[in-house]
Amino acid sequence: MSGSASTPSPTPFPAAGNISDEDRENLRRNGILLTSLEELYNWGRSNSIWPLQFGLACCAIEMIAAATARFDIARFGAEIFRPSPRQADLMIVSGTVTKKMAPLVVRLWNQMPEPKYCIAMGACAISGGPFKQGYNVLKGIDRFIPVDIYIPGCPPRPEALLHGLTQLQAKIRGERIAGPDMARHLRPENPGEFPIPDYGARDLEPPSNPALFQPPSLPRKA
Amino acid sequence: MSENPHAFLALFLGVALAFPLILLTVAWLWVRFFQRARPGKIKNATYECGLEASGDSWIQFKAHYYLYAILFLIFDVEVLFLLPFAVAFTGLSSGALIAMLVFILLLVEGLVWAWHRGHLEWK
Repeated sequence: MSGSASTPSPTPFPAAGNISDEDRENLRRNGILLTSLEELYNWGRSNSIWPLQFGLACCAIEMIAAATARFDIARFGAEIFRPSPRQADLMIVSGTVTKKMAPLVVRLWNQMPEPKYCIAMGACAISGGPFKQGYNVLKGIDRFIPVDIYIPGCPPRPEALLHGLTQLQAKIRGERIAGPDMARHLRPENPGEFPIPDYGARDLEPPSNPALFQPPSLPRKA
Repeated sequence: MSENPHAFLALFLGVALAFPLILLTVAWLWVRFFQRARPGKIKNATYECGLEASGDSWIQFKAHYYLYAILFLIFDVEVLFLLPFAVAFTGLSSGALIAMLVFILLLVEGLVWAWHRGHLEWK
């Protein structure tokens, strides 16, 4: 019974304690369901991710489509779009983040309670997308907010958003509530709030959060 | 059955009390042992769609429109009583007819008063 206990689990549901996944599966077939507090906690919250109801650009139309009957995000328990950040678990940054909008998005993120997750939906939210060279577009929301899932596309189809959501669910299910690789929101040393940029003369001040984002340095050849 | 027929109400009450209490207790235990609340200045700030809240929430409001609300009430009450009055018109006794006419007169009097005072002029 303890033969494969130390082997890493390939599933997003790691075995609890000393019982292997195989043994648990055998028990489950015989009508005995084993679980742990961690699994129960993650199972509950991964199936009830409430997104914040806001859209920034065309990706928001695809997000709305994902919420309608054809794609039906309710199948994954994420259909309750909350109009207040106090009740939201997930921020879907759907669209172009202009520099005028960026402080508002960061403030909304700060006002969401832990545990909270961020999905950068579409090329604009990831990197600025087709407007990357624009003077007024933030080149990726991950300069100010820790992003959990990136969904490429311009715009991504609703299926892509659903895939991103299931990936986020898998991520949540793998989170630990204790130990050295404890989840981010349970660590007291991690910041609960991120600094909100100000409107500067030419750019946001600061242009990025150095704790989250370091611009890539290109090595110059002599 | 010899039991009290309202016993199920006590059962409902017990479940209705236990269900939220259990949830609140679990949430309290979770905060106590696993996830400490981490309030902050920005997090506790007034929610204003991402904008920084500015100004005072105690603003002065001009309550001039109450007159229009009262005038609307005249017609509202009139319609409410005129419809059954019209339906039952042929079978009414003379006393009821006079009472209804007095009632309408009172309402019209209010309208005439408002008209005379110039409240119907849009300012």
